[in-house]
Amino acid sequence: MTTSPMTLPADARVAPDAAPKRIFGWLFAVAILAVMGAYVRAIYFTPIEAQQGAVQKIYYLHVPAWIACYLAYGLVAIGSVINLWLHDERADRLAASAAEVGILFNTVGLTVGPVWAKPIWGTWWTWDARLTSTLFLWFIFAAYLVLRGAIESPAMRARFSAVLAILGVLLIPFIHLSVYLFRTLHPMPIMLQPQALVNPPLSPEMETTFLVSSLAFLLLCVALVVSRYRLATLRAVADDADVLSIRPPPRPRAGITRRTRG
Amino acid sequence: MVRARDRMSVRTPPGTLGAALLIARKDLAIEFRSRTAFLSSLVFAVLALSIFYFTWDESIVTPQDRAPGVLWVVLAFSALLGLQRAFSLEEHERGIDALLIAPIARESVYLGKAVGNLLFLCAIQAVAIPALAVFYNLRFNGQLAVVAGIVLLAMVGIVAVGTLFSAMAVNTRLAELLLPMLSLPFFVPILMDAAQATTRVMAGRPLSEAWPWLRLLIAFDLVFIVACTIAFPYTLEE
Repeated sequence: MTTSPMTLPADARVAPDAAPKRIFGWLFAVAILAVMGAYVRAIYFTPIEAQQGAVQKIYYLHVPAWIACYLAYGLVAIGSVINLWLHDERADRLAASAAEVGILFNTVGLTVGPVWAKPIWGTWWTWDARLTSTLFLWFIFAAYLVLRGAIESPAMRARFSAVLAILGVLLIPFIHLSVYLFRTLHPMPIMLQPQALVNPPLSPEMETTFLVSSLAFLLLCVALVVSRYRLATLRAVADDADVLSIRPPPRPRAGITRRTRG
Repeated sequence: MVRARDRMSVRTPPGTLGAALLIARKDLAIEFRSRTAFLSSLVFAVLALSIFYFTWDESIVTPQDRAPGVLWVVLAFSALLGLQRAFSLEEHERGIDALLIAPIARESVYLGKAVGNLLFLCAIQAVAIPALAVFYNLRFNGQLAVVAGIVLLAMVGIVAVGTLFSAMAVNTRLAELLLPMLSLPFFVPILMDAAQATTRVMAGRPLSEAWPWLRLLIAFDLVFIVACTIAFPYTLEE
């Protein structure tokens, strides 16, 4: 953290030969194929659930998306702790990449959940503990991405966003417990009884589809984080080249915040 | 370096808490002389109380029933107004640089700012809550002290996270715009717990009914005071 003003911080520099050749690799292709395979299996080769009907198939998209979301947010937390501890810019790039992927899966989960809830619970949304805490996860990581966009210095951006991510991890149990207390002290409409939430006894085919789908989503999550991480590395290489005047600065592109050395 | 400082000043630098109190006193003295932030937050709070009165149908929900909810919404937003002040005060003439080169712990800057903010917000609530009682015809059922205690617990939590985020927000391009986005998710459990506890207390129910909420509120305060004190040095410019 304490870098002498005379030398460039070592951790902010990326060796130009470390630059990845491409952003999307074979892993991404495999992940896309796996997700397509899981969809085909879920739609055509999995029985329709007896009580809920076809809408239950959202389960194979919804739950795997949340698993992938938690994996991504877990990576943000790990990256943030490592960044604060070792001041390694790679950890910050990992956290930033995983945060973008995490908010993607978070959005998927929050969007398809209500589609299922409307016919089954009879309402699009309920302030249940799990729904509320995932909504606030979304808010925290939206703030995380806005915060990153609002800071020019890479070192400061890394520290601030790591602090926010770690405090966010501490916050979620409090939101969960508060809403849990709120709900359990209040009577709930019949349609919203916890017993009415599906805990569908899965048939073996359903279980397999769920497992295949979860693995496909985990693969997609990892592939997206890897690709996004490569993009971040390329940007860092380009910025270093820019600062060291190895080549003329690239034309600023829309939507990309130019980094300046802080 | 140390030697030069010793020659310049006879006084030994204060300890962490001593320095924190000095910083809090400095901030409050500045505020006491100008009173701009205090007056704007106070007017906002009282104005919001009176606007909220007309957003419900009186014949459906009685003012007494909605008062705790109104209290907490107004309290959260007037707190945001006050919290913005703590570090923007330092940015103007780069006063923060003087605090950073002072021979004091970084944690005492945080604690000092937090104590200053807490007293500032308590001063606003000391006027806003009586105003609420008058405007909404409230009876505290002899529970005024308990309500004040809950307000204090909630304020401690709000100040703990809000002070940290205002230090962060002031260093970004968006400055004040970012503070609500960063802080409000963190205010949610505080407001939920405090509003539920005050509703029960003001309805004359025994304190034991509000206790699960208060327990959670106290836990939040403790966890975030410690976490934010540890995190604060990372939010300063090097």
